[in-house]
Amino acid sequence: MKRTALVLVILALVTLPYWIGGSYYINIASQILIWAIFALGLNVLVGYGGLVSLGHAGLFGVAGYAAAWLVAAGASQLAAGVGALALTLLTSALFAVLALRATGIGFLMITLALGQILWGIAYRWISLTNGDNGINLSARPMPLGWSLAKPGAFYIATLVVFGLAVAAMARFAASPLGTSLRGSRDQPRRMTALGYDVWLIRFLAFVFSGFWTGIAGLLFCYYNQFVSPHLLALSSSAEVLLMVISGGSGTLLGPVVGAALVVVMKTVASGYIERWNLVLGAIFVAIIVLMPEGLVPGSWRLWHQAWHRRGPSAAEVSR
Amino acid sequence: MIALEARALSKSFGGLCVSADVSFAVEAGERRLIIGPNGAGKTTLFNLITGELKPDGGSVHLFGRDITAVAAYRRAHLGLARTYQIITLFPRDTLLRNVTLGILGLSPLRWNPMVRLASQSVVLAEARAALALVGLDHRGDRPLTETAYGERRRVEIAMALAQRPKVLLLDEPFAGLSIPERREMLDLLLRIPRATTIVMIEHDMDVALDFAERITLLHFGEVIVEGTRAEVVNDLRTRKVYLGG
Repeated sequence: MKRTALVLVILALVTLPYWIGGSYYINIASQILIWAIFALGLNVLVGYGGLVSLGHAGLFGVAGYAAAWLVAAGASQLAAGVGALALTLLTSALFAVLALRATGIGFLMITLALGQILWGIAYRWISLTNGDNGINLSARPMPLGWSLAKPGAFYIATLVVFGLAVAAMARFAASPLGTSLRGSRDQPRRMTALGYDVWLIRFLAFVFSGFWTGIAGLLFCYYNQFVSPHLLALSSSAEVLLMVISGGSGTLLGPVVGAALVVVMKTVASGYIERWNLVLGAIFVAIIVLMPEGLVPGSWRLWHQAWHRRGPSAAEVSR
Repeated sequence: MIALEARALSKSFGGLCVSADVSFAVEAGERRLIIGPNGAGKTTLFNLITGELKPDGGSVHLFGRDITAVAAYRRAHLGLARTYQIITLFPRDTLLRNVTLGILGLSPLRWNPMVRLASQSVVLAEARAALALVGLDHRGDRPLTETAYGERRRVEIAMALAQRPKVLLLDEPFAGLSIPERREMLDLLLRIPRATTIVMIEHDMDVALDFAERITLLHFGEVIVEGTRAEVVNDLRTRKVYLGG
């Protein structure tokens, strides 16, 4: 049953360019996947680590800017991609060292400040970043000679990366390290007493989170073939955090659903409703009121209550 | 051989001195009871030993090795385990997963992001064995939230025992238990082999006295009396400080 559903979903996603009706919608699907990868990356920290970061757009932007800058400087696409990821990992490690001096609100404020520094560099260090004008990416990369210029091809490439991200997250969450991370979220003192180096676990989680954020940033740069300071703005950090929280932090599906919700509201709904931000805000409020644990676990709980006339245990909800 | 030794440990929170030059030594295999009224600095003493708190002065020695500068998480790897007075477990997880975290903490496997923990049969079997020690192996798949308080107290013990510690610090293991549950807990603690040295904090002297070989009495962060069970119980200072006589 579960396997059949999974196969059907994969089939639907792979054939999406043929049934969704037009490149406009294919592009929206690509955007959803990119933001979903970003949200999955942030979810490692927020959901499994209990560390709320408001600076991840900075990491997202570093990857995009580095790739665009390196290609503009004459590097090959492969070298640019690898270089951009390496720089993102390095930046993540630096962020982690600085931000992990604290947890809770302190952690949030430090990541916020670090993200704003990167935004400031993108916006004001004009000789390096071209300021508000951003940097153009001349062409999308051609992995193994496969052109990604068309929306359908780009979507499929993004879908492959998305699939890898989901698989990596699922495995990480079920792994000993993922379990250790959740433990350090729930009982850091106990984890230390049990022999876990809580700081190092969090550091690794931050870098892992930064890696997928960088992957998403790269894809976003390829998608738009353009990077601008807007990429690193605080609003991007807040948006991706909302995706994680509204969909359900600490779950595999939640960040994906959250990303779909926000991107659909931003692109599709904004075509019909001018004040789409207001609608999105109302939806978030409704989610927080009705299912504070997020859309995915919340729907699961409500479904259970409706069919079994009983609430699932806290353990079921948290999974 | 001395398993655990504190030398002149001191700690103040602001102007409040919670540990004033506390010194004591516990022989390997010994069962030591630390008693004292509320606020005597018993739990603080444990926190200083495990490294959760840094002492203002003095040192901690484990089997002759000065571990004062050793990071708290490393001390677990040296054979030091503890339980908490206020139950400190993982509420979202099953009993088995709780105890598994205890075993994983000392295993290099804990760094592995690539394998499924649920398929690590060796670790899981060890965790089941530790649950069996406290008589909870049949409830391993229950979430912690669906267990009784007394069972959680036993999970605390199982998690520590799963680590096969050389020195085990028990912080009020009888707290909140009913009379029959206390009896069961005492039987459980008496079954722990002598390879594990035990230092226990306990408020309730009735049960704890049966367990202890030597007793250290703390009051206002100072060691007031130390000796065998009979010596301490019959000491006038004990009666004055603790028994209110």
